[in-house]
Amino acid sequence: MANEAAIINVVARTSLWLQPHRIVLMLIALGLVLGAAFFMRWDWLPQYYEMGLIGLWRSLWILAVTCALGFLFAVPLGLAQATGSFWFAAPAKAFCTVIRGTPLLIQLWLLYYGLGSLFPQYPWVRESWMWPYLRQAWPYGVLALTLSFAGYEGEVMRGAFAGVPKGQLEAARAFGMSRWKIFRRIWLPQAFYRALPTLTGETVLQLKSTPLVATISVIDIFAVSSKVRQDTYLTYEPLLLLALIYMTITGILVFAFGRIEARIPNKIG
Amino acid sequence: MVGLLHSIEIALGATCLGLLIGTGGAYGKLYGGPVVRDLLAVYTTIVRAVPELVLILLLYYAGTDLINQALTAMGYQRVDVSGLAAGIAVLGFVQGAYSTEVIRGAILAIPQGQIEAARAYGMSPGLMLRRITLPAMLPFAIPGLANLWLIATKDTALLAVVGFYELALATRQAAGVTKAYFTFFFAAGVLYLLLSLFSNLIIGRVEAWSRRGMPSLKEAR
Repeated sequence: MANEAAIINVVARTSLWLQPHRIVLMLIALGLVLGAAFFMRWDWLPQYYEMGLIGLWRSLWILAVTCALGFLFAVPLGLAQATGSFWFAAPAKAFCTVIRGTPLLIQLWLLYYGLGSLFPQYPWVRESWMWPYLRQAWPYGVLALTLSFAGYEGEVMRGAFAGVPKGQLEAARAFGMSRWKIFRRIWLPQAFYRALPTLTGETVLQLKSTPLVATISVIDIFAVSSKVRQDTYLTYEPLLLLALIYMTITGILVFAFGRIEARIPNKIG
Repeated sequence: MVGLLHSIEIALGATCLGLLIGTGGAYGKLYGGPVVRDLLAVYTTIVRAVPELVLILLLYYAGTDLINQALTAMGYQRVDVSGLAAGIAVLGFVQGAYSTEVIRGAILAIPQGQIEAARAYGMSPGLMLRRITLPAMLPFAIPGLANLWLIATKDTALLAVVGFYELALATRQAAGVTKAYFTFFFAAGVLYLLLSLFSNLIIGRVEAWSRRGMPSLKEAR
């Protein structure tokens, strides 16, 4: 009986994909892709292949670093907003509002052009060990993206921390756990589980904001495609390929987070 | 200041266009035939998976190019598409994908009985949309749409990259001329922030208005 049901289920699923209109649509899509492959110019690919890989690596690296650092910042931000006294909560709230209320492009330019033009005026900055880094563009990009991720994620973590049931924390206290232990073993993991679905969306959003660093002359995958466009005078091919690359990364991210989410015990609260 | 006006104009236009596309898209996704549904799924998935900056570049060039090619094919002169129209169209296209999802969710949140009742009264689909579906879904859609509006205002800054004169680009030029980078970008940030806070205020009002007659959230709990 169960076997039969399983077979019917499988048949239903395959037939869902193989409806006549879907086949036609897929054929059309295939035709478009093949048409693009044959009738557009792709001869620039071998020449820029290596550069593209470096750019792709840099994009992914920026994404990973800013997400990790941003999350580290977001935890105290969320905690301060959820439980802190006024003197902690108010600055955290102000930070989140400012970050979320201004475009990332402006934040990036403010840091790079604004701060970057202020630093050289002070000799002690120029003589310090940080100067070689401050002269490059990527620290500003990483900083801006980290702050932005922290701002958005801090708001999410606030809700997540506040959403952990009180009984859990009281039970932990009744067990005689120290404050730090409660935070580490009970509060943070549960808040993290709650925030995870939103975290997926935020990470994809973060991926979609990484090309902005190209505007401050960091050579990521977007900048590589712009260079190809300038060099070869092709408008569409590099952009289409770029869109495809981003879609692939998004797909992988969503899939990976889905796997992590599936491993979480889902009976919380 | 002209830049700020341009930014607001684009954001307004893009949101309106996005709402139109979104309503149509949501209707297509919910009630359309299988082909329409699949096409819309492809549209929303692609637009939401590709960075706005790439989309803006792609649509900006492809769009103006296509229009010009169509016009020359039909024997007209090439036109210079104004940056404002192109910006609105591009951002509206992007916003449309997001608002499709928001509005679809909101329509699904309407108690089914209300729509059935409207059908039982013999309302035409257009009348039903105007009198029942749109007003009833509004309270569910407003928070999501408000987010989209805020995103639209911030996305206008991206148009600076394709060379459209709005707040971000105006700031950059002014900063470049005066060399006072920090001051100008800071001022621009404050302007955007004020715009966001001001819209929050108005959105709160609109939400309260759209929820009129419904039990308040606190009582419902």
